[in-house]
Amino acid sequence: MTDTWLILGASSAVARAFAREAASHGAALLLAGRDMEDLERQAADLSIRYEVPAVPMRFEARDLASHAGFVAECRSRAADGLLNVFLAFGIMPEQTEADADPQIAAAMVEANFTGAASILGALGPVLEAQRGGSVVALGSVAGDRGRKRNFLYGATKAALLTYLQGYAARLSGAGVRVLCIKAGPVDTAMTWALPKLPFMATPRAFAAAAWARTRSGSGSAYLPRIWWPVMSIIRLLPTPIFNRLDI
Amino acid sequence: MPDTLAGQAATRSTGWKATNLQGWGRSSTSPCLAARPERLRELHAALRTPDGRSLIAHGAGRSYGDAALNSGGAAVLTGRLDRILSFDPATGELVAEPGVTFADLLEVFLPRGFVPPVSPGTAFVTLGGAAANDVHGKNHHIAGSIGDHIAWFDLLLADGRTRRVTPEGEPELFRATLGGIGLTGIIAAVCLRMAPVPSNALRVRRRRVADLGEFLAGFEAASGATWSVGWIDALAAGRSLGRGILETAEPNPEGIRESAVKSKRFPIEAPGWLLNSLSVRAFNEMYWRRVPAGGQEAVVPYRQFLYPLDAIEGWNRMYGRQGFRQFQCVLPFGPGEAALRRLLETVAAGGVASFLAVLKVMGRQGRGMLSFGMPGYSLALDIPARSGAEALFARLEGITRDAGGRIYLAKDSLLSAEGFAAMYPESAAFRALRSRLDPQRRFDSDMARRLGL
Ligand SMILES: Cc1cc2nc3c(=O)[nH]c(=O)nc-3n(C[C@H](O)[C@H](O)[C@H](O)COP(=O)(O)OP(=O)(O)OC[C@H]3O[C@@H](n4cnc5c(N)ncnc54)[C@H](O)[C@@H]3O)c2cc1C
Ligand SMILES: NC(=O)c1ccc[n+]([C@@H]2O[C@H](COP(=O)([O-])OP(=O)(O)OC[C@H]3O[C@@H](n4cnc5c(N)ncnc54)[C@H](OP(=O)(O)O)[C@@H]3O)[C@@H](O)[C@H]2O)c1
Repeated sequence: MTDTWLILGASSAVARAFAREAASHGAALLLAGRDMEDLERQAADLSIRYEVPAVPMRFEARDLASHAGFVAECRSRAADGLLNVFLAFGIMPEQTEADADPQIAAAMVEANFTGAASILGALGPVLEAQRGGSVVALGSVAGDRGRKRNFLYGATKAALLTYLQGYAARLSGAGVRVLCIKAGPVDTAMTWALPKLPFMATPRAFAAAAWARTRSGSGSAYLPRIWWPVMSIIRLLPTPIFNRLDI
Repeated sequence: MPDTLAGQAATRSTGWKATNLQGWGRSSTSPCLAARPERLRELHAALRTPDGRSLIAHGAGRSYGDAALNSGGAAVLTGRLDRILSFDPATGELVAEPGVTFADLLEVFLPRGFVPPVSPGTAFVTLGGAAANDVHGKNHHIAGSIGDHIAWFDLLLADGRTRRVTPEGEPELFRATLGGIGLTGIIAAVCLRMAPVPSNALRVRRRRVADLGEFLAGFEAASGATWSVGWIDALAAGRSLGRGILETAEPNPEGIRESAVKSKRFPIEAPGWLLNSLSVRAFNEMYWRRVPAGGQEAVVPYRQFLYPLDAIEGWNRMYGRQGFRQFQCVLPFGPGEAALRRLLETVAAGGVASFLAVLKVMGRQGRGMLSFGMPGYSLALDIPARSGAEALFARLEGITRDAGGRIYLAKDSLLSAEGFAAMYPESAAFRALRSRLDPQRRFDSDMARRLGL
């Protein structure tokens, strides 16, 4: 019996590092995303480095109609073990871009929240039926409190967190663990061109910590852990002070 | 479906960021715009630089000088392109993206009995960077340099097309790109023939050598050894000029347990005075005495022998903020011997603190137009970037040039354009090919400009 990890948004640098982490622990991989050329290459890499099966799958978070069929395919591919899910897809256009163009704002909500809710919804019965497994989804510290700089993005991540709380409650009876990682900045393409961010984690270190955290129970977790005290303070700042901060 | 979705513009594009890149010696710094493609598609996109500025590939940044720097231009960081694409255990043939490192290859393939056939002195080097400098290792006298084991590579050209380049099919482009310091394009994939090994261990012999003459005789006697390298105390002068330690190694039939050594980080930016000639003298003396007079033999893990410095991450900070420069040359056998002596005398007289100097025997001419390798003696040493260092370099360059030797571009930051032209007989042919291939100089670097390439 091999456990399988379904990686949603597998071309993301964080997801790629997580897939390597899972593969190094012997898991089989389903690599789901849109850049099929890259997913083929990643599948080759994982199967050579770790000698595990790795299969690319086409997945578009915003194509809600395709999700049921996609889940059926995942189920058949993971038939001989537990299916686990790592949800990493998401976009983060600038707040100003989203303000200027409602299409961009809608695209962000659709990808980060609607798409996530839809695919998790479709996966729910499969996870319940197998009575076990883990779901790990990438939220963000940006979801803790709406900041001037990126509150629409933050809102999508806050919505995702709320969704996952209820999802965890529903699946807990079936022994499925559901974890929302409140990620601090990770050194990926998403943050590459931004001004220097504090406590930046490498994808590799981040993935190792996320993997370690999958062993424990449901809930939410700050990664890297330093973000727990930092966000505790930021959440407690009185509104007049918070509003004056340029963050 | 994706094509019809609104808001596609909001998805990721290749980002550029203003940054300062440095060579490993930390004495060459360049402000530029850098992109870091995470996958092949983004590598292609990175050819479109802001304002059409020139670009250079930047691997792990382990070249000491300005080979991977492009001040005022753009740099494309290839480290995230690190997928292994295929491996055939029957032939040892490996295909991988350019950002795969030697450390990756050892981690994956050493347990399966394969290693890179040639390996530089640090495992953090990328395959792309290794090809672009046609790097060599401690087995050069037997195995040649990395290019002798490359079956083909995919080269992304200035016009956006990718060509699969084999030595047979496109000999000119192959020879220009191998050792071509990134100036012909970006290597997007490499096919390397890995070498089988019986175990993860080597049997290493070390012995003290009293002077240069004994060293060269020792190398000659060890010409059949699979690996050989000499560590010279560059501060020893007079009768002990060229004293040091000769190391040879052979594959060991049995493996040994390799404790998971966690690398230590060099703790601080060392103050510049730390490396005065007294402290270096003491270190070198200790290093020499560490090996008992009667010699020493030990079975050690492959990695420990090949990459002694990798155990201390960021050791280049040891030289303080101004950084250091490295000088490496190869001198032809025969006239090279006297020149080698003059180089060592010049360094010892300069009193500029250098830790160990590395002496090697090289076996054959590399396949690239600008390949460093050629039959002869190679000498490498670090020199802290302080006043006097540049003048010392000029003297070392002169001695090398007069002896018919050449300076290694991977290490260099000071070679003159005239010196370069004299040392690299195919430099004119390279320049001509470059202007045909890339007339607009889309690929360019600080080194190319300095050397008049
Ligand atoms: C401790 C130490 C020991 C060393 N020992 C040795 C040794 O024993 N033998 C030896 O030969 N060298 C040695 N070197 C030098 C090192 O092997 C070379 O400088 C090597 O080229 C570094 O590779 P990199 O990935 O860091 O590339 P970089 O230094 O970033 O780039 C090197 C060159 O390659 C080009 N390049 C990088 N990637 C690509 C690509 N994908 N396509 C096209 N061009 C590309 C760059 O433009 C640049 O010109 C050593 C260096 C260190 C720090
Ligand atoms: N990096 C950080 O600092 C940080 C901090 C907190 C949270 N996070 C979260 O971590 C996750 C991973 O981010 P990352 O930093 O690794 O960024 P990334 O490299 O940009 O990854 C995002 C991935 O999401 C995919 N994606 C976007 N829209 C999609 C859609 N509609 N359908 C399917 N896939 C889609 C992208 O696929 P394509 O390649 O096909 O575009 C891309 O692979 C994201 O959810 C992000 O919000 C990141």
